[in-house]
Amino acid sequence: MEFFIQLLINGLSVGLLYGLSALGFVMIFKSSSVLNFAHGELLAMGAFLFLVLVSWAKVPVFIAFVITLAGCFLLGFVVERIFLRPLIGESLIFVIMLTVGLASMFKGLLLFFFGGNLQTYPDFLPAALAIRLGSISVPPVYVASSLMGGVFLVLFGLFFKYSSHGIYMRSVADNQTAALSLGVHVKKVFALSWAIAAMVAGMSGIMLGIINGINVHQISSIGLKVFPVVILGGLDSIGGAIIGGIIIGLLEAFTSGYISPSLRDVVPYIILVFILLIKPYGLFGLKEIERV
Amino acid sequence: MNTGNLLELNNISVVYSDVIQVLKGVSLRVEKNRIVSLLGSNGAGKTTTLKAISGLLKPENGKVTDGSIVYDGVPVQNLSPEEITRLGIIQVLEGRQPFKYLTIEENLRVGTATRWTKPYRKDLEMVYDYFPALTKRRKSLAGYCSGGELQMVVMGRALMAHPKLLLLDEPSLGLAPLVVKEIFRIIRRINEEQGTTIILVEQNANMALQIAHYGYVMENGKIVMEGGVEDLKENPDVKEFYLGVSAGGAARSYRDVKSYKRRKRWL
Repeated sequence: MEFFIQLLINGLSVGLLYGLSALGFVMIFKSSSVLNFAHGELLAMGAFLFLVLVSWAKVPVFIAFVITLAGCFLLGFVVERIFLRPLIGESLIFVIMLTVGLASMFKGLLLFFFGGNLQTYPDFLPAALAIRLGSISVPPVYVASSLMGGVFLVLFGLFFKYSSHGIYMRSVADNQTAALSLGVHVKKVFALSWAIAAMVAGMSGIMLGIINGINVHQISSIGLKVFPVVILGGLDSIGGAIIGGIIIGLLEAFTSGYISPSLRDVVPYIILVFILLIKPYGLFGLKEIERV
Repeated sequence: MNTGNLLELNNISVVYSDVIQVLKGVSLRVEKNRIVSLLGSNGAGKTTTLKAISGLLKPENGKVTDGSIVYDGVPVQNLSPEEITRLGIIQVLEGRQPFKYLTIEENLRVGTATRWTKPYRKDLEMVYDYFPALTKRRKSLAGYCSGGELQMVVMGRALMAHPKLLLLDEPSLGLAPLVVKEIFRIIRRINEEQGTTIILVEQNANMALQIAHYGYVMENGKIVMEGGVEDLKENPDVKEFYLGVSAGGAARSYRDVKSYKRRKRWL
């Protein structure tokens, strides 16, 4: 039973991180229908920026965290401005190919500057964050990442549901021409969604870096895990991304705990296939509203 | 009451994709606080004219290649839709394009995009006052609303922007006659109470000429006739081709087969 609960907690916290990383992916897809293949690299960019600030520049952790988020926000903004804006109006496949190119570019840059070795952050999370219940222990990093995940999820939910800019962003995703006719700045919406996506990605990159250590290949391959997560949750549902993430996280934890760690990466995909057979739009994907 | 022209189109040509010419020298003038109606059959260039004014040609790869569009003394041809909407020109698209996955109220709030720094509660009240039918549907998804409600939503969200010039593209499309009457009554009310200048594109010439002050008839990318509505209503060509009555006012007699096809005088 204790083993079960331990697995449950691990799965939940890792899953929340998967969900958080998928959030940015969903935002870009929602506003501009672009599948961002460079998402894993955005995670890595955040992780390495934080590494530079904390380990090399010795900036205090909290300030480094804020600077990293701001930096990633800016990065997303610049990427949209320089690389994606000229492609507005072109066929989607070109844009998607461009993100594949961006992925190799970022990966190459990171390898060039930091090499392929595993790096680690200094241990900065206070031990008091750890939770101990009898023989079950939750390490501080899981507590921290769950807290962050929860807080940001609520913030984004409120932003999209109630703020004017959240509503403008959803309107662009819904009907671009109509949004344009009402004076919604569609280009600004695209830029904003890339910026927010990169920011969330950077944040989850940091968390993943704390858990697994920082290595370009490893973090960007977690970016690929975003795909089962979002397909499971529904490509355009933010809540779905989080729940999809948690499901994949739990599946991984239980598979490696009860069956075999080597099956960890396979079983989630098998389950994914079965869920999609029953719910082809994903668990929370928008069903096309069809007026006949 | 008239304080001159709010909008002037001087001999404009519109070309799509650099080769397809749709408008061939269209000129029209719209006086402040008036409803101007633009009539014509399918493919005459009415919608293109509206899009040339609102800047929505750009995303469709169209361009004003000749002539000028002057709004309130400033040339606005080929500006981006973001700039034009901020000058106070809002187009209501043909065929009701709601944001299907947003609620009615969220749909209306998108209309505040040009003035998002200002409070919007009062504007919502105003829209619900014009369209009381929307009040009890405010929380439901637009995708599940009826055609009449959607027409009200798209007009309402345009009103949220406080337009000085409202471009309405076929507001009666596919609506029941009673709903059409209701919509036109509201259009006239908006014009009278808000002082909004309106350009109304319609197939339903009968209804359009009832509320408009002035009318233009388009054909093949040109303006072929213009005049006050009373003159247009009396014009035998307009009667024949757009109002569907013959000279006598009664339905046409098919006995005189030889005169069956009246020639359009302007062709």
